[in-house]
Amino acid sequence: MSAAAAPPREIEGTGYEAVIGLEVHAQLLTRSKMFCSCSTAYFDSPPNSNTCPVCLGLPGTLPVMNREAVEKTVLTALALGCEIPPFTKFDRKNYFYPDLPKGYQISQYDLPLSRNGRLVFEVDGREVRCGITRVHLEEDTGTLKHAGDLIHEATSSLVDLNRAGVPLMEIVGEPDLRTAEEAREYVTRLRQVLMYIGVNDGSMERGSLRCDANVSLRRVGSTEYGTKVEIKNMNSFRAVHRALEYEIARQLQVLQDGGTLVQETRGWIETENRTVSQRSKEQAHDYRYFPEPDLPPLELDGQYVERIRARLPELPDARQRRFQSQYGLSAYDAALLTASREEADAFEAIAGSGVSAKLAANWMIGDVARLANAHHLPVARSGLGVTGLSALLRLLESGAVNGTTAKELLDELYAAGGDPEALVRDRGLGQVSDEAALAAIVDEVIAANPQVVADFQGGKEQALGRLVGNVMKASGGRADARLVNKLLRERLAG
Amino acid sequence: MTLSRDDVAHVAMLARLGLSDAEMEQYRTQLDAILDAIGKLNEVDTSAVAETAQVGGLVNVWREDEPRESIGAERALANAPERDGPYFRVAAIQE
Amino acid sequence: MAQGFVGRSAAEMAAALRSGEVTAVELLRQAIVQRDRVDGRVNAFLERTDELAETQARAADERIAREGVNAPQLCGIPVALKDVLCLQDVPSTASSRIIRTFRPPYTGTAVQRLLDQGAVVVGKTNCDEFAMGSSNENSAYGAVGNPWDVERVPGGSSGGSAAAVAAGVVPYSLGSDTGGSIRQPAALTGTVGFKPTYGRVSRYGLIAFASSLDQIGPFAQTVEDAAHVYSAIAGHDPLDSTSSASAVEDPFETLRSGVEGMRLGVPREYFVEGLEAGVRQRVDEAIELLRSLGASVEEVSLPSTDAGLATYYIIAPAECSSNLARFDGVRFGMHADEPSLLRSYLSTRGQGFGAEVKRRIMLGTYALSSGYYDAYYRKAQKVRTVIAAEFDAVFEKVDALVCPTSPTVAFTQGAREDPIAMYLCDVLTIPVNLAGLPGISVPCGLSDGLPVGLQVIGPRFQDARVLRVAHAYEQASGAARLRSPMVAEAAP
Repeated sequence: MSAAAAPPREIEGTGYEAVIGLEVHAQLLTRSKMFCSCSTAYFDSPPNSNTCPVCLGLPGTLPVMNREAVEKTVLTALALGCEIPPFTKFDRKNYFYPDLPKGYQISQYDLPLSRNGRLVFEVDGREVRCGITRVHLEEDTGTLKHAGDLIHEATSSLVDLNRAGVPLMEIVGEPDLRTAEEAREYVTRLRQVLMYIGVNDGSMERGSLRCDANVSLRRVGSTEYGTKVEIKNMNSFRAVHRALEYEIARQLQVLQDGGTLVQETRGWIETENRTVSQRSKEQAHDYRYFPEPDLPPLELDGQYVERIRARLPELPDARQRRFQSQYGLSAYDAALLTASREEADAFEAIAGSGVSAKLAANWMIGDVARLANAHHLPVARSGLGVTGLSALLRLLESGAVNGTTAKELLDELYAAGGDPEALVRDRGLGQVSDEAALAAIVDEVIAANPQVVADFQGGKEQALGRLVGNVMKASGGRADARLVNKLLRERLAG
Repeated sequence: MTLSRDDVAHVAMLARLGLSDAEMEQYRTQLDAILDAIGKLNEVDTSAVAETAQVGGLVNVWREDEPRESIGAERALANAPERDGPYFRVAAIQE
Repeated sequence: MAQGFVGRSAAEMAAALRSGEVTAVELLRQAIVQRDRVDGRVNAFLERTDELAETQARAADERIAREGVNAPQLCGIPVALKDVLCLQDVPSTASSRIIRTFRPPYTGTAVQRLLDQGAVVVGKTNCDEFAMGSSNENSAYGAVGNPWDVERVPGGSSGGSAAAVAAGVVPYSLGSDTGGSIRQPAALTGTVGFKPTYGRVSRYGLIAFASSLDQIGPFAQTVEDAAHVYSAIAGHDPLDSTSSASAVEDPFETLRSGVEGMRLGVPREYFVEGLEAGVRQRVDEAIELLRSLGASVEEVSLPSTDAGLATYYIIAPAECSSNLARFDGVRFGMHADEPSLLRSYLSTRGQGFGAEVKRRIMLGTYALSSGYYDAYYRKAQKVRTVIAAEFDAVFEKVDALVCPTSPTVAFTQGAREDPIAMYLCDVLTIPVNLAGLPGISVPCGLSDGLPVGLQVIGPRFQDARVLRVAHAYEQASGAARLRSPMVAEAAP
C-alpha cells in the first residue's frame, strides 16, 4: 500500500499532514546465532564470553545459516500477510564500525525473504491499514559502551561482541502512518503479533525489539514527500509516541517559520523530551551491496511455505473476534484478554474447565491482572497456576466460598501456590449460606446498630452497606453476601 | 577513463586506507590503467545472460538451531591489540 | 644416511615408514636440515613449527607401529602449509604486516584433516600478501627465490609452498588457488600443483581472498601424491556452506587407467601472443605424447578467454575488498595508535597492507561503489556466466583440455613492476577459477633450463579425470622427475 492510498489526515488547522514510516528490528527467539552456533542467551553474560571465531569475524571463518531463523522469519512474513518469493538471497552490507566484526553485515538487499504485507489495527475506533514493505533477515551487531556514556565525549569505547550474530528480522513498514498515536499502536500491535507467534520476546528495554521512524511533513493533498528525518533511540511505546509528537511539532514549527528542514538522523533524548541531530543523512553510507558469496541462495517452494503456515497460531485479531462471539465478551474485554497469547490461553483453559466465561473474564481482567503486575508473573507461571485458579473460581461459582474469601485466597496463593480446595476445607473457610445461622447474626447486628438502621429506613441506601459489613465481620468474612443483603432488606422493610 | 584524485580519495576513504599524497597519485595512474584494460568487458555480449553469483549451484544450505559452547572471553580477546578487561577497546568514535 | 630422503615422494616415504627403513622423526630431521640449508636463499618459510612437528612425528611413529599398513597414507610425512591457512595457536600472517602476530584459536578443516592423518607440519610458508600476486614478490617478509634459480621468482601467490617442495624440504605442501596461485607456481618450479573443483575442499580456515574463487590444493612431486592429498582433504564440511555435499570420487579407481580413447581438447585461445616459444614447444610435445598414448586430440575454442582477465580483476578485488574489511585493528592484528577511531582505521590499514593489496582493495571498492556496480561487478558476473557456458559447451565434445599453465617460464625478480604485466601471468589459469573447474599443472620439461608446466582442465567434479590424464602424461614422459638444483645438491 503506497502512501498515496492512505487517506490524508491534516494536523488540525495547519494544512499539513505527517507521513510516518516505521522500521522495526526484532531479534528472533532461536537458540543459536544466525551464522554460528553460539547461544543467543547473551543478555547478562560477561562481555565477550558468548563468542566464537565466526561471530568474532576472525580470518578464515565462514557463515552457516540457521534454519530455524529462516523459518521464524517466514512465519512472521505469513502472519503479516506477506508474499514469499520463490528465490531469495543474502547480501553483504559493507561499512566500518567497531561493533561490526567482519566490516560488513550479512543482510538482504534486493531479494528479501518477503514483501507486500499489511498490519491492520484500530486507533480511536478508526481502522488503520499500514502496509508492510518487506520482512527480511540479517545478523545483529555487537554493542558499544562509551567511557562516559555519551559518544561524543568519550575518549575510548569498549566493544562487546556477545550480541554480534544474533538473528535479526527487519520489518519495514510503508509510510502509511499519519499520527504519533497510529505509530504507537502500530508498534504495539506488531509486537503483539511477534510474541503471539513466538518469534520475539517483545522487550524494548532489553533491545530485543527496536524501532526507528522516518517522519516528514507535506501539504495535505500532496503526493510528494517532504524532507525525511530519521528518528532513533525510542526505547518504549511511550517514547515512540512522544518522540514523534515532538518531531512533528518541531518540523511544523520550522515550516511555519518559513525555514527548510534538513534531511538527517535525530536521536530521541528521553530525559530532555526532545530529538537531537546526530548526523546529517546526506553523508549516506555507500554500502556497496553485493550478493554474499559464502552463502548459497534460498529457494522456498510452495510446500515449504505451507508447512510453515501450518505453524501459525490463531492471531490476536482473529482470537479477539472469536472471544467476542464464542464467549459473549465485549470488544474491550476481549481485547484485554487476548493482549498476550499466554493470557488468552489461560482464560480459555479456565473457561473450558467449567467456570463461566463471564466470571473468568472478570477475574482475569480484575484481580488476576493486578496480581500478575504486582508479582511480574502471568497466571500460567504463577504459583497458583491456571489449574489452581480454575479450582478457586469453581469454588466461588458453586457458592462454596464467597467473593471476599475467594479474593483473599487469590492474594495469598497467587505467588506461593497451594490447593484452594484443601485450604477451604482445613481452615473452615466455606461460605455460610445457612439462612437460619445468618438470620441470627443479622438480627444481632440490627439490634446492635439502631442508628444505622434508622438511617437506612430513612432513605440512606449506603447505610445498608455498613450493616452488611458488620454481618460479614461477625461471620468471620464467610457469609454469603447476597443472602445477607436479602435478609437485611426483608427484616428492615416493614 | 580518467580517474580523478578526488575519485581515488573517495574510494580510499570508503575502504579506510590512509594514503600519502604520493601514494594517491601512484594508485591513481595504476588504477586508471587497470580500469581502462577492464573496459574489455564491454566487448562481450551479455544481453541474454544472468549473473553467476554462486558457482556451486547449491541452494538451501543451513544448519539445525543447536547452540554450542563458545570459546570463552579469554580466547576471544587473546589477539586483541587493545583491551580493557573483558572488552576490546577502540579510540574515540567522533561522530 | 644423512639426507637420503630429500627429494623423495610422499609415497616413497610412506613405503619406507611402513617397511621400517625410516622413522617419522628421522624424516622430520632431514626436512629441517634441508630447510635450514636452503631457506637463507629461498625464504620459503615464515614460521618454523619444529616443536609441534616433533610431537606430531613421535605420535606418527607410534601410530605406524600400531597400525602398520593400515596407517593413513600421509601419516608421518612432513608437510608445509601456506601462511593463509589457519593452524591453531601458530601465527598465521598471510604474509602481511597487518596480522604479523595473529594466532588463530582454531585449525581450518583441510589442515585438520591432514593432522588427523598424522601429518607432520614443518612450517608455514611465505606467499604473496593475502594471496594476491603471481610472483611471491608481494610478501611483507621478503620475496621467495625459485629453487631452480634464486634470482628468479617461483610464481605466486603460493610461491613458498611451491618452493618448499621444489627445494626438497617437504614432499608435499598445501597452497591456495584463486586465479592460478597453485598451478602457476607449480609450472615455474617444476612441481605438480592441483586446484580441485570449487566446493570440493572446505575453505573454512583459509584466510579469504576471493570467496567465489578460492580453493585449497596440494603441491607435490608426483600426481599420485597430489591424489593422496586431495583424497585426504576433499569432502563436505558443514562449516563451509559452499562445500559440495556430493560424494568424492576416489581418484585411485581410475588414476592409472591411461588416456586411451579419451578425447582431449586444445583451446586455441590459450596459445596467446605472449606465449614463450620454449614453453609452447614443451607443451606441444606433451600433447603429442598424449596423442601417442591413444588419446584423440582436437582444437577447440573458448572465445571469451580474452575477457577472463578483466572479469577476474573485477570480481576478485570486489570480493577481497569486503573480505579484508575485518582487518581493522580492533580484535586482532596490527593497531596504529591514534586519537580517533577513524584515524586508527586509516593508519592501521594504510600502513599494515602492502601496495598490491591496497591496489586491489581500491579497485574492488570502486567496482562495487554506488554508480559503478552495474557497469563493473554485475557485468563481470555476467561475463563469468558466458565463460562458464563456453567451457560447458566444449566439454560436450571433449573429456578434458590440455594447454600451457603459464605463458612464460620463471622470470627474474623485479622484472614485472607494472601491475598489469604481472596480471598477465594468470591469463591461462584465471578462467578455470571463474568456472569453478578442476585444474592441474604437471611438469613437462625445461626451456632454457627452467621448468615448464602442462595444464589439464576438466569439467566440474571431474577431479579424478584430471588427475588421470596428468598421471598418464607424467608416467609416460620420462624416467626422472624434475629435480631442482637444490635437491640435486642434497641428494646427488
